[in-house]
Amino acid sequence: MSETKVKKMLFILSKATLENVYAAFIMANGARMEGIEAEIFFTFFGLEAIQKKKLEKLHVATVGNPAMHMPTMLGALPGMEAFATNMMKKEMEKLNMPPVGEFLEILKDSGVSLWACKLAVEMFHLKETDLIDDLDGILTIGDFYGRANEEGTHLLFI
Amino acid sequence: MKKMLAEKTVEVNEEGYLLQFAQWDKDIANAIAVEEKVELIDRHWKAIEWIQNEYKNDSPLSIRGIKNSGTLNIKEFYELFPGGPLKKASKIAGIPKPKSCI
Repeated sequence: MSETKVKKMLFILSKATLENVYAAFIMANGARMEGIEAEIFFTFFGLEAIQKKKLEKLHVATVGNPAMHMPTMLGALPGMEAFATNMMKKEMEKLNMPPVGEFLEILKDSGVSLWACKLAVEMFHLKETDLIDDLDGILTIGDFYGRANEEGTHLLFI
Repeated sequence: MKKMLAEKTVEVNEEGYLLQFAQWDKDIANAIAVEEKVELIDRHWKAIEWIQNEYKNDSPLSIRGIKNSGTLNIKEFYELFPGGPLKKASKIAGIPKPKSCI
């Protein structure tokens, strides 16, 4: 087994687009698979990924995303986001990538801690019952930094 | 390269994975487990058996696969093989290192 000096990965997920949510989830899960601790702090729009009513309805960004290789005007057309999202979900299913809800269960079972940002929860007027049951809690950013207080910890903003 | 495990000579790669599954047996599994600091009990053998069956059926290993295995759950899998369970379990089971990212 290859040795790594990385002991703990702390992810801050601030966006709700599928590509960003999956990036955070895959990296957190991948860390656990290597024996590295992992935690995710959901803030701002990232909170959508842990809202019961919203987490299965996340979209790919078709506007302001140069990698889509489509003119911004086209990306803004009705139905375009849904089309791109469906395409991406199909490709992900081929690679055996779980949907968001199942992925959260996998992360939890794998020992990834899931935190919601207190300020963002208040800003969006969310109640604890709006958030997934698997959540470990609601933290201030200070509390979250406190969790980085050991050698070999890395923070990543997504 | 050649390596002595449980008083037998086997072919392994540079990370210690067996190159030929045919050379695997339970003594060799125990010897690899000792190197990986895992003490094999009944539950480990069930996991190993399941993993080997997946390998024989050509289905790639993943954490999601463990969840849907019906034999194991993810929590238990992490407890059985702490610190990199898919890799450790594969190595002990005598199959190649899994290539899955999920």
